[in-house]
Amino acid sequence: MEELKELYQQVILDHNKNPRNFGELPTCNRHAEGHNPLCGDQIEVFILVDEDTGKIEDVRFKGAGCAISKASASIMTTLLKGKTIEEAKELFEQFHKVVTSDPSSNADIINLGKLAVFCGVREFPARVKCASLAWHTMLNALDNHTTTKVSTEQV
Amino acid sequence: MSELEEKILEIRQDFPVLNRLVYGKPLVYLDNAATTQKPKCVISAISDYYLNYNSNIHRGVHRLSQEATDEYEKSRKIIKEFINANKTNEIIFTRGTTEGINLVAHSYVRPRLKEGNEIVITHMEHHSNIVPWQIVCEETGAKLRVVPINDAGELIFEEFEKMFTDKVKFVSVVYVSNSLGTINPIEEITKKAHSQGIPVLVDAAQSIQHIKTDIRKLGCDFMVFSGHKIYGPTGIGILYGKENYLEKMNPYQGGGDMIKSVSFERTIYNDLPYKFEAGTPNIEGAIGLGKAIEYVSQIGFDFITEHESELLKYAQEKLSEIDGLKIIGNAARKASVVSFVLENVHPHDVGTMLDVDGVAVRTGHHCTEPIMRRFGVPATTRASFAFYNTKQEIDILVQSIQKVIKMFS
Repeated sequence: MEELKELYQQVILDHNKNPRNFGELPTCNRHAEGHNPLCGDQIEVFILVDEDTGKIEDVRFKGAGCAISKASASIMTTLLKGKTIEEAKELFEQFHKVVTSDPSSNADIINLGKLAVFCGVREFPARVKCASLAWHTMLNALDNHTTTKVSTEQV
Repeated sequence: MSELEEKILEIRQDFPVLNRLVYGKPLVYLDNAATTQKPKCVISAISDYYLNYNSNIHRGVHRLSQEATDEYEKSRKIIKEFINANKTNEIIFTRGTTEGINLVAHSYVRPRLKEGNEIVITHMEHHSNIVPWQIVCEETGAKLRVVPINDAGELIFEEFEKMFTDKVKFVSVVYVSNSLGTINPIEEITKKAHSQGIPVLVDAAQSIQHIKTDIRKLGCDFMVFSGHKIYGPTGIGILYGKENYLEKMNPYQGGGDMIKSVSFERTIYNDLPYKFEAGTPNIEGAIGLGKAIEYVSQIGFDFITEHESELLKYAQEKLSEIDGLKIIGNAARKASVVSFVLENVHPHDVGTMLDVDGVAVRTGHHCTEPIMRRFGVPATTRASFAFYNTKQEIDILVQSIQKVIKMFS
């Protein structure tokens, strides 16, 4: 069935099987944990921001979850490298729009690039949270400005 | 077609929703442990109440109020007979299992609990039979003790026995595990607890629809269940309590209907069961539940038990043949619930893919996170069967799982 094929596109299946940037980032200055208590999905996002340029130098994630949440996290990490914090937040907004927009309106999904892969999620409202977990965790990490070494900056 | 198949086909006609399509495919409803479908007679009983005699109970002198009161109280009698209770006033209408447990925790256990006392539960409880006890323990300084389970998902009875010391003031135990299907030896547990004067509550949310309940044989002091798990409506449930316990207990909520007289100086509480039914109750729920229980009784537990164990056996056989599939919960005595995990495929992905084939299952931790941790899985996929399910439906489930495995391989 078409909706299912769109949800589990080859890209999603590939990222699920071979997640990119998977594992801890030993030196990072932004970090957050995300948890979906409804399904038990857990994720940690590690980000290294160059404080001078404000750009994301490196980003990794670890955790356990379904294919959608894992692939979403993996794809997210590939999109974030080299982006400024502002750009990362804009990307989050775009992603959010993609997974929560009305499936019947195709007007706003042109020029999505790699985010287009998430269009299939819209057909399955129960799965939007799976796809969003990594992104919310990333946003939280950027906002919290925490490091793995120093916790004094924690807001 | 065999006689059995004909009978099931006939039964399925009683459940209109079973005829619908999901994504263009016939619905295969295997999420009965979450909630069961409703037969036409239950749906009609509810609409009949609203169409013909909607009114409040226990207070009007008019005809409609009398009819509503009669039907509401008739349901109580049906339930009393169904579980073989001694008295009708031992049957309290609640919102469901959760409210029943909270009621007992709050009105019976908490006022009698002191620092250092203990409450015993098991490792296979639903969150609703864990959290209310944690709350009273926190408030009183009492301790929660948990009876462990073995790798098959059965209680380790010797550990149970070891826990029964003078400190234990209450035992609350699930009859059938919602995520493992395990049937617990309630009679033995009750006997053991009673030999030391400890009262027992039985969470019957997952047993009431599968196993013929005889409260006198089980011997427990309290039993709770939800209407919607036994083909009745949501928002209605039952607390059974032995009269001598219920008499001693304080009301759970104050309000209308639970009083005999009220003045600003003094209020006299109503008799049982009304003492525990404050406010206008879920009238249509009670009427619908009565009808559901009449319906189940008519189907009969001889048939239900036989057919459901046949379905369980068939499902476990067929599922075990699938490479990479592991069944979680292999107790010797099980109700028709099968939890499983697939190698390399998360249960949520399984759930979504089965859904598209019209197969409704539950995925997640089933409100039993301690069990998931015990078996080292984040979640499971759970297929749970009712007497209207068929072997053909299990075949569809199996085919659909094979598709999932192929896609993720």
